[in-house]
Amino acid sequence: MLNVKNVNAGYGKFQALFDVSLEVAAGEAVAVIGPNGAGKSTLMRVISGMIPAMTGTIELEGRSVLDAPPHEIVGMGLAHVPEHRRLFHGLTVDENLRMGCFKPQFRARFEERREFVYELFPRMMERRDQVAGTMSGGEQEMCAIARALMSDPRILLMDEPSAGLAPVIVHQVFDLVEQVRSKGLSVLIVEQNVNQVLRVVDRAYILESGSLHSEGTAEELLQSKEIQKSFMGM
Amino acid sequence: MLAEFIEALFSIFFIETLINGLLLGGLFALLSLGLNLIFGVIDVVWICYAEIIMLGMYTIFFLHVESGMPFIFAAAAGVAATSLLGWLTHRIVISYLLDAEPINQLLATGGLLFLFQGAAMVVFGIEFRNLGLSLGSLAVSEDIYLSQTRLIAFVISGTVVVVLYQFLSRSYLGTAIRAISQDREIMVLMGVDTKKLYLFTSAIGGGLAGLAAVLLVLQYDVHPFIGLSFGPITFMICVMGGLGNMIGGFLAAFVFSMLISVGGYFAELEWGYVLAFVVFIAIMFARPQGLLARKS
Repeated sequence: MLNVKNVNAGYGKFQALFDVSLEVAAGEAVAVIGPNGAGKSTLMRVISGMIPAMTGTIELEGRSVLDAPPHEIVGMGLAHVPEHRRLFHGLTVDENLRMGCFKPQFRARFEERREFVYELFPRMMERRDQVAGTMSGGEQEMCAIARALMSDPRILLMDEPSAGLAPVIVHQVFDLVEQVRSKGLSVLIVEQNVNQVLRVVDRAYILESGSLHSEGTAEELLQSKEIQKSFMGM
Repeated sequence: MLAEFIEALFSIFFIETLINGLLLGGLFALLSLGLNLIFGVIDVVWICYAEIIMLGMYTIFFLHVESGMPFIFAAAAGVAATSLLGWLTHRIVISYLLDAEPINQLLATGGLLFLFQGAAMVVFGIEFRNLGLSLGSLAVSEDIYLSQTRLIAFVISGTVVVVLYQFLSRSYLGTAIRAISQDREIMVLMGVDTKKLYLFTSAIGGGLAGLAAVLLVLQYDVHPFIGLSFGPITFMICVMGGLGNMIGGFLAAFVFSMLISVGGYFAELEWGYVLAFVVFIAIMFARPQGLLARKS
């Protein structure tokens, strides 16, 4: 599905990712965990075209992502729920969803896709005419995921979906991840909430100072003493 | 004194003044529309906006008077020309300055102002040119006469405001224009080519300047410095309404036009402008963000 090989990337002269390689199989959910500033968000941004890679290859179902213009990547079946949600705050929920469906090839299926996300998140239907910025954090995260799903992606990138949410809401966000998975999508998720994210993914990579340090199945990592010590404060 | 004042308030001429103020407001509203759109979306103030209108007026004048093109086609060509000019302004200048300091953006568009003015002077000379079209007045009643051109200008402005509003609130492209003004970086994830969308917005902004040119060329002589006579008012209207807020700009246009008309009724027309500017300054002290706060 998604194949990232030897990617180096950064901002200007500052390099944030060093020789990163990872894979996500069809239908698989994979997490990238690591401390603050490890380059997790940079990795997501490179994959979805928000920033260019210096070297390396990224393939989505065998097609090169790095050779495509950034705004064409969503058309290749990849959607990205960015860090801090980044909803269009002044637009209504419905208008936000419309933006998720902006590309001309998606517009014909707008009604159908909207039905799909409303069925997945009935709360969004209740809020359809509400201005997005006035919703609660949890609802905004839901809306951001719904917006990403409008383009009918086969893989969803999620950058820190639980960040900035009240603890009681956080577990609901991980429920959303499971709901997305139940629809057969591949998921690549970046999280600081290691303990919880490992319960909803199949595998995880550990990113430290811009390099992938190790990987393992979710079960292995949950058992690992080292992980518990570094990320869960146990 | 007081009796005179009250009598003046109920005079037929005062009603005429109010109606003229309303009509002038329609023109002001159209003037502020393009500038507000561009600022609201791209976050750059086109200091040269009034000069784009001036070039539009020249285009219409030459096509109609010199080439004998029917006015309606000359007007359409004028709108197309300013639309192209708006596109070029973004393509050649602004697109390289999107991440520059605001002061540098201002200096660049300020430079364009002098470029456009100077070019107009060299190419067209400094004579005042008149379209020579007069639509005459419309008698509303025995005592009230309204300028037909102003009436037409008002109707066209109103139509443009409604059409633009519908476009921005209902179409995919219009929604994207509102969205990009809120978060530029994220648009790429929606599959939007931000460069194209900015160019498109600039072309619309330029086209709106062209429409203003159509209405102005019917009422005023065109000369290279005409931008100076309504450029500052256009900025003040935008700022008073809350820069980038189109509804605020619309409201402020009528506040300004009414102050000018009513002030002009009780004294000389120039005092009307003085009154409007004093109120403007007072509002800036009380609400520096404008009547309707600009978008967050």
